[in-house]
Amino acid sequence: MDWTFTDDRPIWQQLTEQLTVRILKGEYPPGGRLPAVRELASQAGVNPNTMQRALAQLEADGLAVGSRTAGRTVTEDAAVIEAAAKARARAAVAACLEVLSQLGYGAEDALVFVKEELHHA
Amino acid sequence: MHEQLVTCTALTKRYGGKTALKGVNLELGRGRIVGLLGPNGSGKTTLIKILCGLLQPTEGAVLVDGQGVGPYTKSIISYLPDRMYFADWMRATDLFDLFADFYQDFDRTKAMNMCASLGVTPSDRLKSMSKGTKEKVQLVLVMARKAQLYLLDEPIAGVDPAAREFILGTILTNYNEEGTVLISTHLISDIEKVLDEAVFLKEGQITLHDTVDSIREREGKSVDALFREIFRAQNYEGGAF
Repeated sequence: MDWTFTDDRPIWQQLTEQLTVRILKGEYPPGGRLPAVRELASQAGVNPNTMQRALAQLEADGLAVGSRTAGRTVTEDAAVIEAAAKARARAAVAACLEVLSQLGYGAEDALVFVKEELHHA
Repeated sequence: MHEQLVTCTALTKRYGGKTALKGVNLELGRGRIVGLLGPNGSGKTTLIKILCGLLQPTEGAVLVDGQGVGPYTKSIISYLPDRMYFADWMRATDLFDLFADFYQDFDRTKAMNMCASLGVTPSDRLKSMSKGTKEKVQLVLVMARKAQLYLLDEPIAGVDPAAREFILGTILTNYNEEGTVLISTHLISDIEKVLDEAVFLKEGQITLHDTVDSIREREGKSVDALFREIFRAQNYEGGAF
């Protein structure tokens, strides 16, 4: 997965999000070690200080655990990962509903669309 | 060790009747990558040349690591000029000898490794190299020093976009972690994501000095977009495009 950035928000926030996705997808498995700041920064082509800030946020979110000697690892707490995944899912649904409401569709229509789409799939 | 790495106070530079810098106050900390951004003729190169002692300010003072510009500051500054200043019969290896003689902090092994990863053959003569390759050699010389302040004047202007990414990566992975890198450029979108801070220079004055993240947070747009907005050329009067 490549790192991509949009212009409208601070880069560290986008890094935190993309790291979160990688953890949720299991690219960095629970309890597994995260690459060092410098290595991640070099992969993403960003300043190490920016990557540091993104990782600090990941720790504040509880998804990463830092230790002075062993570097950072992904949390082993399945509940934290589950909660993060649900939060992302809700955000995705909210964004989708926002688009539908701009088109003039209400909650009932949204449910119909979802059922139809699931039926097709 | 002095707290601020660079302190410029009321710095003014006039070339005859033309004023290149007007009362510039600038403080730079350690361990950052700072973009010095401004359109052509805004004073970027003048400021860098004053910092490395090639120009004398008309008024004002400069301190680097707490000292006035002199032999000590030159020993801790690694400067990449905006043009080539080496004789073209030289090979990159000759330049490594030269730099090893002049600078105690020059790391020849690192220079050779960087050449290998940039695809430069160090035994080639400069005159047989393309413009972009010469720029890479210069960058290798500058980044192979363990300096405290790297002054890079337009380091990516002459190379293709793929090489730009690579050169930025080279800067990112090779700068001394306690050192500060000042990069002047007008190619902002290419370097934005490697910067900690941005300094906007307009007609010899600093109009903005902030971290890239807080600029994005406050303005809701990239530094590049903000730059285009601030420095949008005024249309010739009556001549709508």
